Parts: sequence; structure tokens; C-alpha cells
Amino acid sequence: MTGSFAALAPVIPTPHIEYGQLSPMLLVFGAAIVGVLVEAFAPRSLRRSLHLALTLGSLAGAFVLTIVIATSSTLFAGGSAGHIAAMGAVAVDRPTLFIQGTILVLAFISVLLIAESSHDVSAFAAQAAAVPGSPEEREGLLAGISHTEVYPLTLFAIGGMLLFPASNDLLTMFVALEVLSLPLYLLSGLARRRRLLSQEAAMKYFLLGAFSSAFFLFGIAMLYGFSGSVKLGAIAAAASGNTASSVLLYAGIALIGVGLLFKIGAVPFQSWKPDVYQGSPTPVTALMASCTLVSAFGALLRVFYVAFGQLTWDWRPAMWAVAIVTMLGGAIIAITQTDVKRLLAYSSIAQAGYILTGVIAATTAGLSSSMFYLAAYGIATIGAFAIVTLIRDPGGEAGHLSSWAGLGKRSPLVAGTFAFFLIAFAGIPLTSGFSSKFAVFQAAAASGGLPLVIIGVISSAIIAFPYVRVIVLMFFSEPAPDGPIVVRPSAYTSLAVGVGVLATLVLGFIPEPLLRLAHDAAAQLFVR
Amino acid sequence: MSPAHYIALAVILFVIGGVGVLVRRNALVVFMCVELMLNAVNLAFIAFARMHGALDGQVIAFFVMVVAAAEVVVGLAILTSIFRTRRSASVDDANLLKY
Repeated sequence: MTGSFAALAPVIPTPHIEYGQLSPMLLVFGAAIVGVLVEAFAPRSLRRSLHLALTLGSLAGAFVLTIVIATSSTLFAGGSAGHIAAMGAVAVDRPTLFIQGTILVLAFISVLLIAESSHDVSAFAAQAAAVPGSPEEREGLLAGISHTEVYPLTLFAIGGMLLFPASNDLLTMFVALEVLSLPLYLLSGLARRRRLLSQEAAMKYFLLGAFSSAFFLFGIAMLYGFSGSVKLGAIAAAASGNTASSVLLYAGIALIGVGLLFKIGAVPFQSWKPDVYQGSPTPVTALMASCTLVSAFGALLRVFYVAFGQLTWDWRPAMWAVAIVTMLGGAIIAITQTDVKRLLAYSSIAQAGYILTGVIAATTAGLSSSMFYLAAYGIATIGAFAIVTLIRDPGGEAGHLSSWAGLGKRSPLVAGTFAFFLIAFAGIPLTSGFSSKFAVFQAAAASGGLPLVIIGVISSAIIAFPYVRVIVLMFFSEPAPDGPIVVRPSAYTSLAVGVGVLATLVLGFIPEPLLRLAHDAAAQLFVR
Repeated sequence: MSPAHYIALAVILFVIGGVGVLVRRNALVVFMCVELMLNAVNLAFIAFARMHGALDGQVIAFFVMVVAAAEVVVGLAILTSIFRTRRSASVDDANLLKY
């Protein structure tokens, strides 16, 4: 023991940080910190426009930087898979850059929804600290103010999402998990309307999220005990040369799996998802349903492909079970839903199950099809939630499906667009839902997962029923006399819906360019 | 005392915390149980650091403490606001979101 202390060098060498390769994350975190300063010093009238320029500007800038890094000749010179930057903490490789680029695009569109201010002052509370129904709350609402802290909080969450799939050691991954989760706990409690639901969603998300991150952390401790390191590569090396007892290893895999599958919302760790999706402000739900899902799947892919890549036969049976119950559970419970946001939440659970079939393949095809699926699904789900923000009654958004009856007769365009997204989620051909499902199921079948594919197809058939029911309700029933109004979307929401429709169509008709990009990105798997 | 005993203690504390989260009804007590789980993890990290003769585990324990402190800030903000609304911190009373 004393030997290791004596071996420590008297001078601590300066760590070497590759600022260029980390620039997308640094830009987003930097903009978030500037956003906090804007919140502190700028007058209220200027804040929203300053925040908006800062947030959208930094996301666009980070996307450009990601492309610059991905096309740089030095990073991938000589067929290298990538580079491990920041003293082994952050991996910069092609799958990570693809996932980060996806997150940045989806985050940009979600921020457009967050910025929407035409049909209400904003989706966010005037003063989160004011008790609902109190005079203070009424004053704030009458003054027409809203929390502009949401922009820096969103940027911090997005920064965490960018770091989460890029982490090359489990400590960095844990810190990134918390950096992405803590702002989301707060954001989900900030709804302007129906604040009791929103606060309840925040509490449930927080308690369950903290519970799951404790499991994740205990898993890290087990793997540290097993291998003596938290670096993914060192864990993989220790696992492949393992001859001794592996209780610690298997306990670590299971506990880390619980933490990651919770973030994804796979059954049996899905209980938070419908409640949080329903209670949160809808723009935040869109952010969680797209970016958080992509980021969590990115981290799951990295951990299970890099650290546990040689133990595929050990973790595959458990993952099979999770994927099967996720696909079937999400689809079956979706049938009974009466709230549109809950329906979309169960749909998201089932979609997570389909993506898991790609993850289980543990091949380059599995990686590339999962990444393609995440991009296609993320952009469509933002569009669907954007439509939900447009159907309003005096209390806010009209979430109950009964008030969507006859929508197609009163507003064919909006109802038609929503029906189109539902058709895409159901995986009907000529939409992105079909091409992405086809890609993951093909990858799963190619690596011995044919039963999974069969269950996936059955699950898709089951979940088509609630989708078709909503479409029938919208187009073939009479509108209620006191039904909700369909507000005219402003440029922000229109852009989010438009991009969603366009991407869903284009990826359905000509998926090759993005599929090829995902395939090229996945060709060498993750850097080790 | 061998470090293995400390690992056993950490597992016991972790399980007590986990059971507490599942059975206690007051949101604050639930949150305290989560904190107990995090502290059990810290103990495990430090015991493993001793077993491996490296300092990493002790440094990680500091990171966990900082993250737990940040989590307390966010968590108590959410729990306070819900208590002011409902005059109750019971997780059974917050039951509007279901089915």
C-alpha cells in the first residue's frame, strides 16, 4: 500500500486536452454559462431574444463543428477508428459524431418549440415558485412573464446529452448522466398550465431518476472492484482475461444495464415515462422523447459494445428478455390509453424495444441501423408533439382523445399531418418508420435474432390498432360542439412540423443517403 | 479487518436504501434513502480503492459527493414547491397522473 503512494511523482503533469475535438460540447456548455449571465444581467424585455439567438446559434455552431471534426483528415488518418481525448475521458469517433450530430439537429428543432410564444405567452410557468392558484401566480400570468431560465437549462441538458454517449470512462458517463438529468427534472416541472400535473411529473421523474442513477453508480463501483479501473477499455481487457470469480463483473453489468435501460424507458423500467411525458410542458416532452432517447441509446451502445463487447453471450439473453417485454408491453398498454401524450409515450416505449433488437445484434449493421432508427424516429416524434401543442382548449392543450374527435373535419391539414406521423410510427411503407424498422429487424435477423424480429412484427401490428383508432376518431366521427380550437402555428412550430414531415417522407422514399452515412460511421464500431 | 467486510457493509446499506425507496411514503424520506444508496456506493469505492492499492476510487467518491450535493439542490427545490402546493410530501397524494 505504501509503495503506491511513494510511486506518485512529486509534480503533477499538466493534463493534455484536445480542445478542437471537444469543441462542440465546450461550445454548448459555454453558451449555457453565458445564458446564466444573460439571465442575471439582461433586462427582462431583451432576455428572450438574447437567449434564443444564443441557444440556436450555439447549437448550429456545434453542429458545424461536429461536421468539421468528422471530415477532418488528421483524426481518422490511416484508417484509425478515432481518438480518445481529454486523458482517456472522452472518445471522439465516427459513431459518436453521428450521434452527437443527430442530437444537435433534434435539439435545434426542439428549441424552436420551446421558443413558441404565439398561442400562449410561452409553455413555461411565470414563476415556478408561486403556488398554483395563489395571487402571486395570477400577477405573474397577468404581467405576461415566463421563465427564460429554460434556455440555459436546456443547453446544459443538451451538453450532458452530447457528453453521455462520448464518455470513455464510467465516471465521466455518470457525471454526464447527471448533467443531462438534473436540468430535465426542473424543466419538466415548469409547465404554465396544469401545474399540479407538471409538479407531480417533476417529482416522479426526480425520485425515480435518482433511484436509477444510484443503481448505475453501484454498477460502476462493482466494475471498478472487478477491474481496478473505470475506463471502458480496461474493463473490457480485464473481462476478456478473466479467470477468477466474476460475481462483481456480472453484478456490474446488470446494475449498469438497469441505469441505462431506465433512461431509455425499457420495460420493466418504463413506469416514469408516461407520467413524465404527460405532465411535462410539451416542448420539453419533445426534447426528452428525441434527444434523451438518442443520447441514452448512444451510451448503451458504447458500454455494451466496448466494455462488454466480448461478453455478448452473457448479456444477450437478458437483453432479449427486456426487448421482448418492451416491444409487447409498450404496444399492449398503448391500446388502453385515452390521453394523446400518454399514447405517444407508450409508442416511444415500444419504439425503444425495436431499437433494442438492433443493439442486441452487436454488429456494425446493428449499430448503423440503430443510429438510423434514432435519427428518423426522433425527428418524427418532435413533429407529433408539435401538433399536440396546437390543439387547445381554455385550460391549455387538449390532451384527452375524446376532444380530438372530428378534428379531420375542422382542420384537415393538422389532423392529416398527425395521422401521417402515426402512420410512420406504425411502420407503413414509404415512411421513415418502415425503412428504419426494416433496417433494425434485418440487422437483428442477420445475427440470430429471428424470434425477436417475429415478436417485433407482432408488436407493430398490435400498436397499429391504437394509431388507427386515433385516425378513425379524427376523420370519421362528428366534432363535439364545445371541442378544442386548432390554433394557427407561428413560424417556429410550423418549421418543426415541416421538418418532421419532410424528413419522414424523404427517409421513407430515399433512405439510402442517411443509411449510407450511418453505415460509414459504424464501419469501425467505437474507438477502444 | 479485510476490505471485503466493508464491501459487505456497502451492499447491506445499499439494499436498506433501495428497500426504503420502495416502502417509505414520504418523498423526503425516499430521497434520504437514495442518498443512503449513494453513500453505500462511496463506501464500496473506497474499500475497492484500498483493495487495488490505487487512489482512483477515493477520487471518484469526491465526484459522487459533488453530484449528490447538486442533486439535493434540485430535488429539494422540486419537493418544496410540491409541498407548498399540496401541504403534503407524501408520494401517495401525488396521484393525478395515472393509467
